[in-house]
Order: sequence, then structure tokens, then C-alpha cells
Amino acid sequence: MKLTEKEVRYVADLANLNLTETEIQNMVKDLGAILDHMDRLSGIDTAGVQPMRQVLFPAPETATLRADQPGACLSNEEALANAVHAAHGYFRVPLVIER
Amino acid sequence: MDIRTFTVDSIRTGLRKREFSAVELTTEALRFAETENPKTNAYLRLSSERALAQAARVDALSARGEDAGALAGVPVAVKDVIVTKGLVTTCGSKMLETYMPPYDATAVERIEAAGGIILGKTNCDEFAMGSSNENSAYGPVRNPVALDRVPGGSSGGSAAVVAQGTAVLSIGSDTGGSVRQPASFCGVVGVCPTYGRVSRYGLVAFASSLDHIGPFARNVSDAATLLRVMAGRDERDATSAAAPVPDYTALLDGNVRGMKLGVPREYMQGVTSETLSQIEKAVERFRALGCEVREISLPSTGYAIDVYYVIATAEASSNLARYDGVRYGMRAEVKGGSLIDMYRATRGQGFGAEVKRRIMLGTYVLSHGYYDAYYLKAQKVRAMIAQDFTRAFEQVDAILAPVSPFPAFKLGEKVDDPMQMYLSDIFTITGSLAGIPCMSVPCGVTREGLPVGLQIMCKHFDEAPMFRIAHAFEAARAF
Repeated sequence: MKLTEKEVRYVADLANLNLTETEIQNMVKDLGAILDHMDRLSGIDTAGVQPMRQVLFPAPETATLRADQPGACLSNEEALANAVHAAHGYFRVPLVIER
Repeated sequence: MDIRTFTVDSIRTGLRKREFSAVELTTEALRFAETENPKTNAYLRLSSERALAQAARVDALSARGEDAGALAGVPVAVKDVIVTKGLVTTCGSKMLETYMPPYDATAVERIEAAGGIILGKTNCDEFAMGSSNENSAYGPVRNPVALDRVPGGSSGGSAAVVAQGTAVLSIGSDTGGSVRQPASFCGVVGVCPTYGRVSRYGLVAFASSLDHIGPFARNVSDAATLLRVMAGRDERDATSAAAPVPDYTALLDGNVRGMKLGVPREYMQGVTSETLSQIEKAVERFRALGCEVREISLPSTGYAIDVYYVIATAEASSNLARYDGVRYGMRAEVKGGSLIDMYRATRGQGFGAEVKRRIMLGTYVLSHGYYDAYYLKAQKVRAMIAQDFTRAFEQVDAILAPVSPFPAFKLGEKVDDPMQMYLSDIFTITGSLAGIPCMSVPCGVTREGLPVGLQIMCKHFDEAPMFRIAHAFEAARAF
């Protein structure tokens, strides 16, 4: 399957990922080769096969939801400590709404 | 004191007989790691302060005659995708160069509660994506067995420190073989337990339906001890299983007589002749130990790579969406730019080539018009692969196979061809997709002296027989 440069740009947009021109050319080549290989999947007869949405089937040893009760969590200060920009107890981001 | 020869048992004995204290042992381990690390680049940083404080705690408990735990005084290294409170955790990425976690992973908490000493954080492929440790933003790791070769990946640093003797134990993460393959390349024991066996709380997510935390050790018993310490239900990870955790080491009696072992014919193809002959020798050894070995078939094996790279990249594209420059990690400044411009610039600058490739692939297979053809189809074929194993385990107690089609390759050898790199994961990916426990145990070396690992796979939650088989094999090899 051929992946076009236009498709690569579209997917990079969806992924919120800036790519350089060189990276885009490499993606066309590399992703194309990988998708070619993956296209073998389309030839497999999966009629009547249920998709595996869970790794382990529900059983007493894997049914593990806890009671929904509030517990200790990070303080505001701890939660903000790794942000490059934070002020007044909030994360700071570039302007989102135009005045 | 030679840290390279230490085991969990020898440390326990040494501490009890007062041949050394935990502080003395830790001081020596840190010194040795500091001296030896430049050869391999396996550690990204050592945690001297934390290690010495913990060692003092262990000594204080011992002085009062209290049990300091199953790992008392044992130096343990932690892969840098597992968070450690107050100790920078980079995931091998520029994106998280300064990330300081505000909490400890459950696995780390349990290791310290059992008296283990966290010695430092180990190098790995960026966000655990890779099979050679060449995708780290902090430089590749060299294989301590042959310094011009890769240690495997993605947990290359964790395998290397145990092989090099700069730690006694380590932990890594395994999503498609990232513990087993480096273990086989470096000649140590590496375990990927049952999905859900070890809590992933504090493991930075790559592909959530495939991620596992697993131990590395220089012998089977040590790996079993470390797994037992980490295993079991954790309220903070809803996917962690409540299944009881047996005392694995108590069950290592060397007796495997009458056990039924299967060798899948699909795993004996496309393997180098030297790897094949090591696996065949291992099979003979099991026959001599009284096992019944038969050929089996896992017919869907050939599709595993495709299934894995659809599912793992799809999940990764979603999990890595969180790196947006706002809450943690690096942030690219875009003068006069919008929020979206900032996201895109940050991600473009912060991620390396392989991570970008996987985000792109995952976004593509989940995008409108392709979901059914790739993601849904892959989930169906994943069910067929899991079914293969269910059927096989109706006939046999365990499956024997190579871990990798070839031994450690040279640095740079496969770095330009992502598909070739992906194909090297063929034998470890199937077990990951099925969620079954698998491990690599050293089974021999090639003419060049490169280690070959034997993979042992069992059914869900059957780590105990898996360890018993590996231990009997290890003991038989020693003779």
C-alpha cells in the first residue's frame, strides 16, 4: 500500500506532531513499508471470531474494581510542580480565546 | 567484596553472619556501578542518597533482630520508565528530561518495603519503544558481554546492569519482549509475568493492553523472589489481578519428571543455526530430566508482528497524547502561536524518530476509514493467537521456544530499517498478545561467546511451574 505525502501530513495533523520535510519523506517510506507488511492481515479469515477487547476474561481473580471512594491525592502544589509554566494555582497555556 | 557474584541468598547469609552491613554493601555497589558504568551506559543515574538511607534502615531493623524483608540489602536497578519519587524519570526521552515524579510506582514501593535498595535508574529505548536500546535520547547501551553489540531492548539497561554486575537485580517493562529479549542477549534471567500479575501503577504507559513489569536476575530463584515481592493486587491499578501469589522459590525442587513440554514448529523456522542448535540441546536436556517433549503447532504465529504493531502503536498514539507541554515535560515556545501550535512544536521537538513513527502509525490505523481494516481486524487475529495458546495448553504444561531468532547484533546494524527491527520480536510478541507468563533463561552461547536464551511459556498465572522448569534446567546446565 502506498502512503502519500498528503496522507502523512494529514495524520501528523491528527497526532498534533510537527514534522520536518525530511521526517515527512522518511515517514512516507517507512510507514509505507510497515503498512505493506500489515496488509497481510486483510487476507486472514476471521469470520465468527470475536475481537479480543480484554486480555483476561472476567473471573473472580480478575474482577478488581474497588469501591468508588475519595482518597488522598496530590496537593495543588505537587500537581503543578512539573509544569514549565504555572501561576496562581493553575497551569499556564498560550491564549486560547481571542478577545 | 565482589558485587558481581552476589545473589539474594548470599546477601541474606552475609548480613546474618555480619560479614558486611547493608550500608557497606550499598556503598560498594554504588562505587562499583560508578566505576563500571561508563563502559556500557546502562545506568542513567544513581540514587546514592536514597540507597544509603534505605540501607541504614535495613541495618537498623536487623540490629533490632527484626526481619528486614525478602530483599533485605539487595541492590536493585529500576528501568527509567518506572517512576521514583524525587528521582528524575526520563523514559529515555528528551520530552521528560527534567520530570520529577511526585510518587513511587507500586513495584518500587514493594521492593523497598521488602528491604531492597534502589540503586539507580537504567537506560532504555525512548518510552520503551525499541529492540536494541539505540532509541534512547541519552545514548545507546552497550552489551557487557560484547561491547560492540546491543544489549537488546527496550529494557537494555536493566539487563546490562545485572549482566555487568553493577546491580544484583533489576526491573524492566515488557510490552512485546522488552524484558525477555535483552535478558537473552545479555545472558541473564528475564521474566514477563501474566498480564495483571504486577501492578502497573507508576509504569509510564506505552500500550496498556500489553504492558507488564518484570524482573531480571542472574539466576531463576532470584527472579522468582523479586516477582513474588512485586506481584499481587493493587487497588491503584484496576487491571492488577487478585489471584493468589504462591511462594515460588519454595516450589523450586528440581523435579520436572513427567511434565509435558511443547515445541511449536513455527518457532523453529527463520532462526540462525547456532540459536537453533542451542534450543535443540535444551530440548534434549529436558528429555534427560524426564520430561515428555512433543512438537506442537501455533498456526497464527506468522501474523503476530502485524497484530502487535497495529495494537501497540494504536494504544501508544493515545497514551502519548498526554505529552503536550502543559502539565509536565518539556515545552517548546512558539512566539505568538496558539495552544495547538505549542502542542505540535513541543511534540515535534521532544520525541525521537521511533516514537514519532509509532505515534504516526497508531494514529493512522485508528483514523477514520481505517479502524475496521486495521485495529478491529488486529483484535480478531489477536483472539486467534490467544486461542492457539489455549489449545496448546490443553496438551502441554509449558512451551519451549527461542527468545530471539538471533543473538545480540552489532550497534547500528539494524537501525536504518524499522521493519527488520520489528521482525526481530517475532517470538516474544505472541506471548505478550496472549497475556501469558513467559521468561528467558540462559541456555548456551554461540561460537563467538554470545548468549542464547531459551523461552519458557505457561498458561495464565502459571508462573510457579514456569519457574520450576527454568530452575531445573538451570541446575542441569550447571553440571
